[in-house]
Amino acid sequence: MAIRLNVNGKPVSVDVPANMPLLWVLRDELEQCGTKFGCGAGLCGACTVHQDGVPVRSCVTPVSAVAGKSVTTIEGLSPNATHPLQQAWLEFDVPQCGYCQAGQIMTAAALLEKNPKPTDAEIDAAMDGNLCRCGTYIRIRKAIHRAAELTRAAKTNREE
Amino acid sequence: MKSTRRFFLQVSAGATGALILGGGIAQAQRPGRPGRPAGPAILPSAFIQIAPTGMVTLTAKNPEMGQGIKTALPMIIADELDLDWKMVTVVQADLNEAKYGSQSAGGSRSTPNNWDLLRRIGASGRLMLVTAAAQTWNVPAAELTTELGRVHHKASGRSVGYGELAAAAAALPPPDLNQVKLKDPKDYKLIGKSLPIVDLPAMVSGKPIYSIDFKLPGMLYAVYEKCPVFNGKAVSANLDEIKALPGIKTAFLVEGNGDISSLASGVAIVASKWWYANEARKKLKVEWNEGPNAAHSTAGYNAKAQELFAQKPGFSIRKDGDPEAALASAAKTVDAKYTFPFISHAQLEPGNCTAKFENGKLELWAPSQTPGRGLQMASQALGLPPADITVHQLRTGGGFGRRLANDYLVEAAWIAKQLPGTPVKLLWNREDDMRHDFYRPGGYQHMRGGVDAAGKLVAWHDHFVSFGEGDKFVSSSNIAPGEFPAQFVPNFGVEATLIPTGVPTGPLRAPRSNSLAWVIHSFIDELAHAAGKDPVQFRLDLLGEPRVVGKGMETYNAGRMRAVLESVAERSGWGKRTLPKGRGLGVGFHYSHSGYFAEVAEVSVDAQNRVKVHKVWAVGDVGSQIIHPSSAANQVEGAIIDGLSELMNQEITIAKGRTVQSNYHQHQAVRMRQAPPEIDVHFIKSDNPPTGLGEPPLPPLLPAVSNAIFAACGKRVRTLPLVKEGFRWA
Repeated sequence: MAIRLNVNGKPVSVDVPANMPLLWVLRDELEQCGTKFGCGAGLCGACTVHQDGVPVRSCVTPVSAVAGKSVTTIEGLSPNATHPLQQAWLEFDVPQCGYCQAGQIMTAAALLEKNPKPTDAEIDAAMDGNLCRCGTYIRIRKAIHRAAELTRAAKTNREE
Repeated sequence: MKSTRRFFLQVSAGATGALILGGGIAQAQRPGRPGRPAGPAILPSAFIQIAPTGMVTLTAKNPEMGQGIKTALPMIIADELDLDWKMVTVVQADLNEAKYGSQSAGGSRSTPNNWDLLRRIGASGRLMLVTAAAQTWNVPAAELTTELGRVHHKASGRSVGYGELAAAAAALPPPDLNQVKLKDPKDYKLIGKSLPIVDLPAMVSGKPIYSIDFKLPGMLYAVYEKCPVFNGKAVSANLDEIKALPGIKTAFLVEGNGDISSLASGVAIVASKWWYANEARKKLKVEWNEGPNAAHSTAGYNAKAQELFAQKPGFSIRKDGDPEAALASAAKTVDAKYTFPFISHAQLEPGNCTAKFENGKLELWAPSQTPGRGLQMASQALGLPPADITVHQLRTGGGFGRRLANDYLVEAAWIAKQLPGTPVKLLWNREDDMRHDFYRPGGYQHMRGGVDAAGKLVAWHDHFVSFGEGDKFVSSSNIAPGEFPAQFVPNFGVEATLIPTGVPTGPLRAPRSNSLAWVIHSFIDELAHAAGKDPVQFRLDLLGEPRVVGKGMETYNAGRMRAVLESVAERSGWGKRTLPKGRGLGVGFHYSHSGYFAEVAEVSVDAQNRVKVHKVWAVGDVGSQIIHPSSAANQVEGAIIDGLSELMNQEITIAKGRTVQSNYHQHQAVRMRQAPPEIDVHFIKSDNPPTGLGEPPLPPLLPAVSNAIFAACGKRVRTLPLVKEGFRWA
């Protein structure tokens, strides 16, 4: 049965079993491979995407649960990697292997949406579900602060 | 180690009129690697292409798994060639060791093995371009300078881009790579700068750059169910039922070849999409012949180790002086038993490989750290000549030593060979990955040491109960006879007894060092306290005067280690700060993979045994140059956080011949809130060739934190992981 959803602003329809996880719909049906498979059990966060703006683990989200909903993946976060988080990630050379970073950025993006000036503790709490096996946490935290700064600066500029 | 390298250069005009500069490396048999064939004397390669537009393509030869080598190696060429990094595109080489020389990522060897070769490649290219300009302008080459991809003649004010010179340069006879003049390091423009990292924009925007992302038209997806007991055999399975499930294309038994580092026995399920194949496993019923390993267990190993400690050790690894007599006459002695567990690599991208078998030829797209070995293994397992196998190297989501093995590659190749003409991607799930690893082996060490009345370490004895048969250790479970503090203690003995194991073992980031450094520097700490000495001073006294001791594999530069230890003590304020109750500093150092590292951790422990690591200071000496400082610091930070995961949580246990843990909830890595908020990384640049960084920063972290826990709360940790001793993260 076809399931309709919206991925990165585009309506799509997929003919897959209702219990197929969103991760595999994205990767193998829609050819959006930026969302990564790490654990298959909601433990590592590499597969994090936004469902109507809220970060979810796509590896344990059946596609039927997002029918009619809007899904944003790393590919849809910004045109040309221009999101402040992506810019900050480049500024601090955050990644090593980079495999977890799409998930880290998506979780961080949802955090900044609701909390434009998070503290260290708030960042730690929000990012707790995202594992970085290479151990780039200090840079991730720094880059989130930096992205928050960039966002505030851009907002100030727009208002001036 | 004496260098026995000679260099050759190959020049040819590219199809597009571009200058193609290449280099080869002829290497005589390397010391310590007997049996390695000398091979053809010349291994020509191609690393540099300069287009007429001036755009330069540099080839990155080695596998990239997050260690940053895809950026660092091309930077070495680019600096000698005086390129504008903005004009450089880096491409990943396919496997072709005849063309590029050795292509592997392991042992922190990529930088030291390529530092000399790639500088000479770059310098030769520069010389040819300068010669071409000199001939064009009819001026002496000595009057020419190069900068940012251009040749300049200051006297006449002329300059020309490399692109315009490429065709003329390609027509010149190649210079002798051995004779070519290299830059004075003070003139480096790129080496030592944190240039934009190759692939970084692709990583943060979700581009399909990883092995798991690679797709081919018409590709099918496979899973591979192996016997939960290591080396067990698949006897039969409900294949007809599996084949009837949604999306399934085929399913079959694989007998395997008896070598689980190559092709374990199992059941392959191939589907139109991976999820169907993985889902079908829920219905899969396999009859296994579990074999003799079903009797193995961690509990059994633990009991056996205690039994063996009570007996005479099996064999001697090193004996200097008379350790027993020295222990008997020592002013103070310490007797302690240390235990560390098996652990898993748990790199984030699970094992995978894409394979296509067509017209007798095999093509592989692999995330291997040793693609050359992978090719050989596929050749043997499938009975194909190596010349009929092509391996493409793909970026991989973490290695840590797991991808030194090529089991995923051989499995993919075997499955694809059953489906000629159809590309197949094999992808393990997390449970496969964790339960079929080549684990860092556990071990048991009964340590005895003695100090004299002056507090000097005079006696050391280690009975190491490890894994293997007779006196043959399984992979990565041994202790080297030169392991510190060998050569620094007059009466020194290491003996071992081995427990046979059916559990596969292999190298994991800083193999051997990652566990031995913890035991050795925790025990040194115990001895320092027994001697009533400050732990840093006790270690400085142990190292003695700055000098080089030993030779060959046992060479140990006490001066380099002293320097990093003194520096980290100073940077951390060792002995100069008053810490609140419940907080302490701990120190450790270790030499491995040609790198000298000392680390200090500041840790607090509360009444509930909750541990907080406030800060770690790391000082390393990996030679004269830090090629990419930001990446280098990132490697050190990562190694420290990796070490914390090993210390606190990670353990693989075996029951009934199977791995108990299956996923990250049972084999936990540090999360952001548990990581130290600050890590201070400093490098001492010594007059030594640059060496690698993936591994040497890890080992000192474990004893530094263990010793800091002792300083903070008086509890001595002798069993890992810390959770087994009642600790947890704050």
